[in-house]
Amino acid sequence: MSAEASARPVSITACPDGPLLVRGDLALFDEDGEPLQANRRTFALCRCGASAIRPFCDGSHKLVGFRTTPPPRTPAVTFDEP
Amino acid sequence: MTMTGEPPPDATIGAVSPTGAMRPMALPTPRGPVSAKLIALLTGPEHSPVGELAVAATEALAISDDLLVDDDLQLALFLMYELHYGGLEGVPDTWEWDPRLLAVRVPIEREFEDALRHAVPQPFATRDVPEALFALVGADDGPSLSAFVEHEATAVQVREVLVCRTIYTLKEADPHSWAIPRLHARAKSALVEIQADEYGGGRPERLHATIFADALRGAGLDDRYGAYADHVPVTVYTSMNLMSLFGLHRRLRGAIVGHLAAYEMTSSIPCRAYASGLRRLGFGDDVTDYFDEHVEADAVHEQLAARDLAGALAEDEPAVARDILFGAAACLAIDGRLWGGLRERFERGESALRKPLP
Repeated sequence: MSAEASARPVSITACPDGPLLVRGDLALFDEDGEPLQANRRTFALCRCGASAIRPFCDGSHKLVGFRTTPPPRTPAVTFDEP
Repeated sequence: MTMTGEPPPDATIGAVSPTGAMRPMALPTPRGPVSAKLIALLTGPEHSPVGELAVAATEALAISDDLLVDDDLQLALFLMYELHYGGLEGVPDTWEWDPRLLAVRVPIEREFEDALRHAVPQPFATRDVPEALFALVGADDGPSLSAFVEHEATAVQVREVLVCRTIYTLKEADPHSWAIPRLHARAKSALVEIQADEYGGGRPERLHATIFADALRGAGLDDRYGAYADHVPVTVYTSMNLMSLFGLHRRLRGAIVGHLAAYEMTSSIPCRAYASGLRRLGFGDDVTDYFDEHVEADAVHEQLAARDLAGALAEDEPAVARDILFGAAACLAIDGRLWGGLRERFERGESALRKPLP
């Protein structure tokens, strides 16, 4: 099977208030042009700038309060029967 | 070696496996009448009557102050569940589906679930389940063991933390895999996407349980499953049993999905702190690798678990949305008690374990 035939199509999904989820076969390079190896089939790219393992996400967006949408005005969860 | 002073049924199968996958586990020392009668039954003549065990379990349930911290009943439940995982050394596999043993387990599970539903407030999503999950996890402010490990813990305390992780992490991801055939379409696909990564993505040496076994050996600890069964506090068994209860009952598929979401969503940042603490104490890459791997892996998994798994399941099966949030809240509460309890003991200058490490 040729590499072309086996390549998985690339998709990039923006997670609200979080990273970019990347699926598929693509080449990734660091700031010096060196190829980067993703350690898993589906990986997350940092979008907030705070990750300690850039370009990958390490969950830091939660610590720095990164938001891609305005914060909701009412709580997302209650402990009473709605 | 067994704690009862008797030789194990087959002492020749004690060789340490290089992968840490040594199963079945050796039987632990009982912690009360129920676990004692259970172990006696499982290691006795096949087809022995279960009457004495059933009576002991009924009596223990009647007098138990708090099933969530009941050493004897939680250990007994753990051993019954272990028959569905790697099995118990010297115990015939036929016990797994013996209806008489299952009949003893059912009332323990029922009381366990009742205790959980009583102890854990039921959350409701005001808009959607993923948003509610992120809010639940964000509001969780229990005492952080990872911050303690990062800045204050001693090497002895860190080894105790690793020991307390062995019961779950040497079979990491397994209890959530029970849910795969019970889910459909998007939720099933998302769960398999997460689990494939947990199981190394086709590389056996990258199985998370295997990386953890490497970390144990790197820290000078025993990586055989159940090697520290007598050392760990009851909260370790409660945490494990929570996952098995949710995972083994199709009725509770929402809860096991919510549990996984909460687990993955509270992992990346603590794992970074654990890795940092281990480096501060001079542990090597073989020990920190497990935690470094989870910083990156769980930053992916939390998105998949909250949105593609829990979110899709809640949309496809609205009736289980309530249990998704219950499972997440139960994970935060029970694991919060477990790891917060360790921190409290460390801060009092006490060991987290029931007996000293060898």
